[in-house]
Amino acid sequence: MNTRIIPRLDIKGPNLVKGIHLEGLRVLGKPEHFARYYYQQGADELIYMDVVASLYGRNSLLEIVERTSREIFIPLTVGGGLRTLDDIRNALRAGADKVSLNTAAIHNPNLIKAASQRFGSSTILVSIEAIKKPDGCYEAYTDNGRESTGVEVFEWAIKVAELGAGEIMVTSIDREGTGKGFDLKLTRRIAESVPIPVIACGGAGKISDVYDVISQGKADAVSIASILHYNFVKHHDTSDDFSGEGNIEYLRGRRGLSTIQDAPLPEIKNYLTQHGVQCRHPITRAAHV
Amino acid sequence: MSDLQQPTVAIVDYGMGNLFSVKHACEAVGLPAVITSSKREILAAEAVILPGVGAFGDAMDALRRLDLVTVLQDIAVSEKLFVGICLGMQLLMSESREFGVHKGLGIIEGAVLPFDSPLRENRKLKVPQVTWNRIYKVKTEGLHHGSWVHTPLEGLPDGEFMYFVHSYYAVPLDDSVLLSTTRYGHIEFASSLRYRNIFACQFHPERSGPQGLQIYRNLVSFIQDRSVPKEE
Repeated sequence: MNTRIIPRLDIKGPNLVKGIHLEGLRVLGKPEHFARYYYQQGADELIYMDVVASLYGRNSLLEIVERTSREIFIPLTVGGGLRTLDDIRNALRAGADKVSLNTAAIHNPNLIKAASQRFGSSTILVSIEAIKKPDGCYEAYTDNGRESTGVEVFEWAIKVAELGAGEIMVTSIDREGTGKGFDLKLTRRIAESVPIPVIACGGAGKISDVYDVISQGKADAVSIASILHYNFVKHHDTSDDFSGEGNIEYLRGRRGLSTIQDAPLPEIKNYLTQHGVQCRHPITRAAHV
Repeated sequence: MSDLQQPTVAIVDYGMGNLFSVKHACEAVGLPAVITSSKREILAAEAVILPGVGAFGDAMDALRRLDLVTVLQDIAVSEKLFVGICLGMQLLMSESREFGVHKGLGIIEGAVLPFDSPLRENRKLKVPQVTWNRIYKVKTEGLHHGSWVHTPLEGLPDGEFMYFVHSYYAVPLDDSVLLSTTRYGHIEFASSLRYRNIFACQFHPERSGPQGLQIYRNLVSFIQDRSVPKEE
């Protein structure tokens, strides 16, 4: 079983952004540029998440998806603001391979069933955003960690799998963007309670965090943002790369985040391989595309 | 030679799965492609791709409803290149045991069986298999024993990674159609087949990076070879 490493690109309007706890978004550059680079570096899949779509009920992501899908030939998952079967169909028509559902699935769990019957289970990924309560329970949130739902995370994960989802992505909102490492207990408990693959998301600050969530958290795949994005920004001048709204002060300084030890993808995979985790290292490098 | 306006490849649309990444891959290697459920367009194309994800029974129902079963069976015995991808490969077989027994297109004799939580080192693996996995040359005697030369896999190294998403796998009756095999846990299965004008793969070449695109590039030369009249 090869563990997948999946760069996650949070998108606001035309820009790639990164927040902490999914808030306080900084503009990092154009998503297509990051996506192309990660593709060349051996990313196993990509995730595009429209981080404001749920809030404003809009979806400006599809044009970016279409452009990306024409030049990047690895699976692309698209999420953020998808509410209906028509929304899903439109994302797939733009070139997405899978869609990620959260808010709409919690409000209407039957959407998972209808969507997986209509488009195939393997097309439907359910994203679970978890916040740990003072009593130690985990509650599912929607709208990028803004809205509480009263739904208990572990029961929800089992239900999601029963309704026909092909994969679950679990994000610890408490850890997201902090670089403090993944919530290993949360990930492991979900990974061991469902028969479908689980993608761990939220919290990677250094390479060993990625290893830990595979070895101890039993994740089948790991989604990474900050470690990769800050590495990209360090080595590429993206300051002319932004447009529209957003906090770009960070970009001008081109500083990292003190809690993040950035690294490029091949270095992460080499580390994992050296520590006994199987992952894909492309054998051939074709000349084109 | 084909008119430039005429799509070379027909990607069969029976309402299931994402066909757009297949189209984008065709276009990336210079193959004009159309996504269609029209018999006329399918028969007019120089090559036909049957993609698909989802349930076998639903897919066969959809093909019957669109009256495409005999069209595809006719393509299979023609000179045209016919490519089955993922569920499209499974549909070529005689039958599937996915939620009961369903009849397939019957183009290649054999069955489609479920992964029954494959074990590795006594640990149960997740189903569906959603990951990159290696494809290997066929070790047993057969038509494609040990070599991918003059096949759509030409130029790829033994053990190359391809992207898989599936819960079922095809078991052809005749081993000689095997082109590559792949192991998931303790199960070794047919990850691609070649039979006459047919190439079928369980993995998704259009989502398998530059190595997957190499397969699409190889298909271009197959199509060009077939469009030139043979002197035999």
